[in-house]
Amino acid sequence: MQNFLHTFFDPNVMARYLPDVLSGMMVAIWIGAAVVVAGVTAGLALACLRTYRIAICDVFIICFADIFRALPPLVLILLLYFGLPGVGVRLSGPVVLFVVLSLTLAAFAEEIFWAGFSSIEKGQWEAGISTGLGFGGTLVYVALPQAVRLAIPPLVNRVLAITKMTALGSVIGVLEILSAATTAQSFSGSATPLSLAAIAYLVLFLPLVFAARMFERRREQSLGR
Amino acid sequence: MVSRPMLEIVSLQKCFGDNVILRDINLKVAQGELVFIIGPSGSGKSTMLRCCNRLEEPSGGDVIVDGRNIMSGTRRDLDLMRLKVGMVFQGFHLYPHMSVLNNVTLAQRKAMGRTAEEAKARAMDMLERVGLAHKADAMPAQLSGGQQQRVAIARALALDPLVMLFDEPTSALDPELVGSVLAVMKDLKAKGMTMLVVSHEMGFARETADRVIFMDGGVVVEEGAPDEIFGAPKAERTQAFLSRVTR
Amino acid sequence: MQSLMDQFFNLEIMAKALPLMLSGLWMTAKLCAAVIVLGLGGGLVVALANVSPRRWLRFPSIVFTDIFRALPPLVLLIFIYSGLPFAGIEISPFAAVALAFLLNNSAYYAEVYRAGILSVGKGQWEAARSTGLSQTQTLTSVVLPQAVRNVLPDLLSNTVEVVKLTSLASVVSLSELLYTANMARSITYNASPLVLAALIYLVILWPVVRLVSRFQRRLAA
Ligand SMILES: Nc1ncnc2c1ncn2[C@@H]1O[C@H](COP(=O)(O)OP(=O)(O)OP(=O)(O)O)[C@@H](O)[C@H]1O
Ligand SMILES: [Mg+2]
Repeated sequence: MQNFLHTFFDPNVMARYLPDVLSGMMVAIWIGAAVVVAGVTAGLALACLRTYRIAICDVFIICFADIFRALPPLVLILLLYFGLPGVGVRLSGPVVLFVVLSLTLAAFAEEIFWAGFSSIEKGQWEAGISTGLGFGGTLVYVALPQAVRLAIPPLVNRVLAITKMTALGSVIGVLEILSAATTAQSFSGSATPLSLAAIAYLVLFLPLVFAARMFERRREQSLGR
Repeated sequence: MVSRPMLEIVSLQKCFGDNVILRDINLKVAQGELVFIIGPSGSGKSTMLRCCNRLEEPSGGDVIVDGRNIMSGTRRDLDLMRLKVGMVFQGFHLYPHMSVLNNVTLAQRKAMGRTAEEAKARAMDMLERVGLAHKADAMPAQLSGGQQQRVAIARALALDPLVMLFDEPTSALDPELVGSVLAVMKDLKAKGMTMLVVSHEMGFARETADRVIFMDGGVVVEEGAPDEIFGAPKAERTQAFLSRVTR
Repeated sequence: MQSLMDQFFNLEIMAKALPLMLSGLWMTAKLCAAVIVLGLGGGLVVALANVSPRRWLRFPSIVFTDIFRALPPLVLLIFIYSGLPFAGIEISPFAAVALAFLLNNSAYYAEVYRAGILSVGKGQWEAARSTGLSQTQTLTSVVLPQAVRNVLPDLLSNTVEVVKLTSLASVVSLSELLYTANMARSITYNASPLVLAALIYLVILWPVVRLVSRFQRRLAA
């Protein structure tokens, strides 16, 4: 037991590498926040565009959403990070991570918001249009708020799953939590930095998990189950 | 005096693909008149009503509201026209995410450009009129069907419409709630609203309608005063239909 | 344009990399089979604990799902692969991946099962019990079949995520599809093998993604 504690929770090692892990947390938070803003905004915009039912746009949006939901983000990350320099475009690790995760989140968010729009009955649109709000007005004031409300529980789940993927940045040298920890691990010859990383992620993401659960439970209750 | 009709439908046609629903509909509704429309299920009553504000795009013909052809004009004109043509649906279609008051003020503010205060004052007047001023802050889900339908009527009325279209406004209601909605409609008629009503409430039609229209096969088969249509229908199809619905 | 084609869609290089990548694909297939089966099984156990009336079962299952929904799978994988040897436990890459994803996927599958079990009304339980079925019989022959059917789209969509997740195994040098593609990339200095890997994932997963979308048109209010 003593040995176990020493291997995984060595206080000296913890104190030594805590600053690195903390700065890794800051990086993860920044990239994660940027991904959420960009991904959710883009996904919402695409879903709204889809309500106009312009055939050519729809095909484009559906293909985009399908492809980025089917591809493992790590494949895209390696592709952009190692492939683009060959054609003279050099993106930094954080930028690649941001771009890939944003596109992935946008794809999922689009599907979620679109499912929200699809769940709104036609009568809501007709009520808005028949009172002179026009298509745009009905979209903004009537359909959108309802679609967003329906989308929030699955969206929170998806945001959680994708912001967690900032850990993939360690593969392309983004100095986030995991890369700080693995570097520290090889320097210190101790597993403690890895524990530190796990704790850091729990601190960051448990609140989101709780939020996700709260939304789910609330929905279950409202369904009267 | 020959006043021009408030609503005029001229050789209206509507098909869905090869399926001709409205063949040739002609109808004039005078200012303050209540025209009651009956016809078998699937005869196109809803479709005709929905063509009157272009929720359904007519395949041919014209609809003229207060002297203006709604088939011409820009998209903005279309939205302005829709303000002038109120519509009440069988399923109410209140916005579930907004309070009753906001349901009634939304289009006033966003489509008519009224200020929030104007819209609210007008909304409270209309809610008063349908007997629901005390529910202004409730959410639609907290209201009974009859109350929801009356809010839907207030929502349309608040836009100062010239014509009101009702598509089976009481069909989704429990029997004991029908009366409150019909009472509101009767009051509207008494105050001079021009109304086009699709409904199965024959008693209401006898009491309130100026004219009854029987539709079938995409045309107006017969029209006349309620007493004529209900008492002594001329067309065979009308007789058959009435004998079926009035046991 | 030419350089773009050369860098990303070089058929010659793709053809050269193909045999290696096919062996990677085979490894990915084995990995998928293992982690899907483990996840489906583990998830069921966790879900059953979660809906149990007994608190001593429910509480650990909630803690389990919360922790493994919060931890990124890659962190878990590295922790197991690089951390366990410190505790004197040597573990092969395949076993590390299997263990890490068992934990991670069980948490996710459990949430799906749980929703499914809750979607089966109380009436079903009562009806089955009233016909003399035991608690376990009711669960296995009445409730679970309905539960699984009700959440089939979610199970499917979670399985897509599980398959995508196996690409992380490349980080611990397990020679699955992405690992072999990346290896080919580093040998040839050309990104075409990665494009080929992406295409392979697309061919496999796009139809499933489409199917899931078909199923999940509407969101419950
Ligand atoms: N969007 C549509 N696409 C295709 N067919 C339609 C559409 N809307 C209505 N129809 C068809 O048009 C016909 C008339 O429908 P409509 O709803 O106007 O009838 P109705 O007289 O209102 O009937 P009810 O009394 O049942 O309400 C029906 O046969 C219906 O199936
Ligand atoms: Mg109808």
